[in-house]
Order: sequence, then C-alpha cells, then structure tokens
Amino acid sequence: MRKMIKPCGLHCIKVKHLGVTLGQQVILEDINLHIHCGSLNVVVGRNGAGKSTFIRAVLGETPHTGTIEFKDRENGRIQKLKMGYVPQSLNIEKQTPVSVYDMIASYHSSLPVFLVKSRKMQEKILECLNIFEAGYLLDKQVCNLSGGELQRVLLSMAIMDSPNLLLLDEPVSGIDQNGMELFYQTIYQLKVDYDLAIILISHDLDYVKRYADKVILLDKTILRQGNAKEVFQSEEFAEVFQVK
Amino acid sequence: MGMFAWLQYDFMRFAFLAVLIITPLFGLMGTMVVNRKMAFFSDALGHSALTGIAVGVVLGVGNTDFSMAVFAIVFALLLNQISSRVAASTDTVISVFSSCSIAIGLAILSKGGNFSKYSSILVGDILSITPKEILSLVFIFAVTLVFWLFCFNKLLAVSLNRTLAGSRHISAAWMENLFAVLTALTVMASIKWVGILIINALLILPAASARNISENMREYHFFSVLFSMFSGVLGLIISYFVNVATGPAIVILASAIYFTTYVWGRKHNL
Repeated sequence: MRKMIKPCGLHCIKVKHLGVTLGQQVILEDINLHIHCGSLNVVVGRNGAGKSTFIRAVLGETPHTGTIEFKDRENGRIQKLKMGYVPQSLNIEKQTPVSVYDMIASYHSSLPVFLVKSRKMQEKILECLNIFEAGYLLDKQVCNLSGGELQRVLLSMAIMDSPNLLLLDEPVSGIDQNGMELFYQTIYQLKVDYDLAIILISHDLDYVKRYADKVILLDKTILRQGNAKEVFQSEEFAEVFQVK
Repeated sequence: MGMFAWLQYDFMRFAFLAVLIITPLFGLMGTMVVNRKMAFFSDALGHSALTGIAVGVVLGVGNTDFSMAVFAIVFALLLNQISSRVAASTDTVISVFSSCSIAIGLAILSKGGNFSKYSSILVGDILSITPKEILSLVFIFAVTLVFWLFCFNKLLAVSLNRTLAGSRHISAAWMENLFAVLTALTVMASIKWVGILIINALLILPAASARNISENMREYHFFSVLFSMFSGVLGLIISYFVNVATGPAIVILASAIYFTTYVWGRKHNL
C-alpha cells in the first residue's frame, strides 16, 4: 500500500450529546465521543442497538440532535469534516451492466457515465483502486465481483476524496476467514498511513480485540468505551453479549 | 416506389417522425426503469391513464390529455411516497393502488355503456398523430435528454445505495421523485400512440435486451436505444406492408431481439 498523507494525530472529532428519535421511539440518546485521527474505533452491540443509525446520523442522513465537531487539537480551529462511507451492501442485481468505473464515476464525477468514459476520471479512479491492489477490476461488472473484491472497490471509492473520517457499516459480510484477516490488515494500514479516523461496525469480536484502538459498546447510548480489554471485561459487555 | 412507398402518405411520414422520437426516448428511460426494477411501476403508470381520463371527464376538463398527465404525475409521486413508507413489499403496494385506480377509471368511463369511445387508448394508434402532437413529444424528449445529461450519474448513484449517495450530498428523494415524474410524463405523452396494453413492453424490452449483452453503461445505453429505434422503424414499415397494428408489430420485433440477445449473451457468457 502506498502512502498518500502523513499521519499527524492532531485532529479530533467530537460527537456531543447526539440523539436520534424516530416518531415516538428513542433510537439513540446522549452519545458523547472523541475520535482521534489515525485511530480505529469499533462500535459493537447487539442487533437493533442503533449501530447503523449512529453511522447514518453521523453522515447526516438521519436527523439528529446534538453536534459533531471537527477540530484541530493544537489551536482548536473548527474545520469542515469530510467523510467517506463504506456500506454493508449494494442494491445491484446479477447482469446489471454497471462497471466499477461507472459506479465510482457516478458518485464522483458530473460527466454522464452513459456517454463518455473520461480518461482523467479513469486515472483518478485507477490511482485509488491501486492502493488496494484492485486496479485490474476497473472494467469488471460490479455485480460479478466477489465479496472481497467489492469491499476493496468500495474502500477505494470511500477514500477517493481523502476524507478525515471513514465510516464502515459491517463491511465484512460474506467474506471468508482469509478475506477477513486481509480486511483488518488493510484497515490497520489505512489508519497508520493516512490522516484518517475510522469508525467501524463489527460483529467479529476476535478481530476487534486484536485491531481496535477503541471499542464502543452501544445500546441506545454508549454503555462503555475504552480499549478492547477494558470493554470486553466490563459488566456491561457481559450483560449485552451474555458471557460469564 | 417499392421499399419506401409508405413515405408518400402524410400519416406514415408523421408516424415515422413520432417513432424516431418515441423509441430513443423509451430506450433511454428503459435503462433506468429496468435497473431500478420499476417495470411494475411503469406498468401501473400506463394503466393509470384510464383513471386520468376519467377524472378529466368527471371534472369537465375539455382536454383529457392534461388531466391524464396531471393524474399520472400525482399517482407516480404518491406511489413513491407510499412504497418508501409502507412496510409491505413495493409490488403489493403498487398492485393495490394500480387495481384500485383502474377500477375507478373503468367504472366512470363505462357509465352509460360509453366505454367503446375510449377503447382506442388500449391499443393506441400511431398513424393518427398530428404535427402538433409530435411537437409535444419533441419537447418531452428534450427535457429527458437534459435530465439525463445532468442527473443520470446521480440517479445511478442513488439506485446503487441511498446512504452512500447521501454521503456524497446527492438527494435520493429528489432524484427518485424527478425520475418518477419524468417517467409519468413520457408514458402519458406516448400512450395514445402506443396503447396501454403494450406501452410497458416498449419501455422494458430494449433495455432488457441490451442488458443481455452489455458490460457497462455506455454499451447498455447504446444497445438499448439502438434496439428500440430498430424495432420501432422496422415495426412501422412491416405493419404498413402486412397491414397489422403498428404497436404490436414493434413489440414482436423487440421481443425477438430480446430472445436473440439472451441466447447470444448466454453463449458468450456475458
């Protein structure tokens, strides 16, 4: 993997009193979180704990209360936060004639993809795909990619604009053990090489234990946060995951 | 004479012009209708034409084309809204609303045994199109082209993943509603010439055929428009010589293309 930006460790994303209410139902309340650049933060919790809603609220898709600030730690200057997002899955059927180029260009370019394949855009996309050794996938149909290939393509797309924060919503479904290891190594590398804070939703507690800098146990609100050891040995964790 | 004998008649020349506008328009729109799995949606829209006319008759609107278009737009937006809110599957929701609206339309139009007056819209007759009506088709074609040039990428982005599109500041709701309105307008502008019974085939078949053999968006659009225009023009000529209705002739050709591309695509492993 090639380095693009040097890590600085000086930026910080502050989530303050974030809450989400849908109709009468409180989905999330009073979420307070500090995320530093160059750190991998993993959100764990049972199904329906509001993990995906949390990501969608941070993205701004789900209306929420509270604030999200992006600050320079040295002088406290507030900057505009750029976010990259890797979804759980795509809404794509077999036989859909959407190539990897088409997909990425549709999100990142205003040149209509049904008309032209711009060389400039192609180079830009290739550059990002190559970071994840996925350059050879450029002209493949998205619906024919394997789980691991799709994941690398989506990651390439997510970091194309050099975001400050990368949000990944359980992006390892349908991936075998080898692919899983590779994925966590890639994420680790991203964190180390780039000025990037990462929030990841995951169910793979073994991997979380090994790779996460910070674990956030979520159930409507943050039950516990800290390093993996602290959270995994906490009472709250035992209660949520029924471990004794 | 001979091959181009049909061009000596005004009605054939106008029909030819209309086909040259409707078919690329349908080829273009069809790509997205098929991609977004909206075949049933566009079918329901076609059927709502009857209700649109009925509403126009009840309200005493002189020009039922107008009430038809307005009703279709409202119907399309309503379907969009409801399918995104109701927990039942989209198919079921569309089916419920479509059946309900057709029933209302038929009930009103058949009052007093007058339905035969409106039955022509079921099959459509492209040979009766007038230059003024061709102009309105040109207008819709132009609007669609502009929309496609500026919004196609966004529409594709939304269809792949709404949240991902949102993270790139693309409004899913806007795109979906605009596309629904445009589909409604396109279907309503052409329904008198193509007919309720087969309009959906014209929208779906060229794009579905193109899918069989395309690997990217450029091939997809190229083949869809090509197949649509080819079956349109050839269907019109054949219908003249064989003396059958034009719409069905076009659809039979388009179906033949679908099966051919299907076999070809399977053989070449596309």
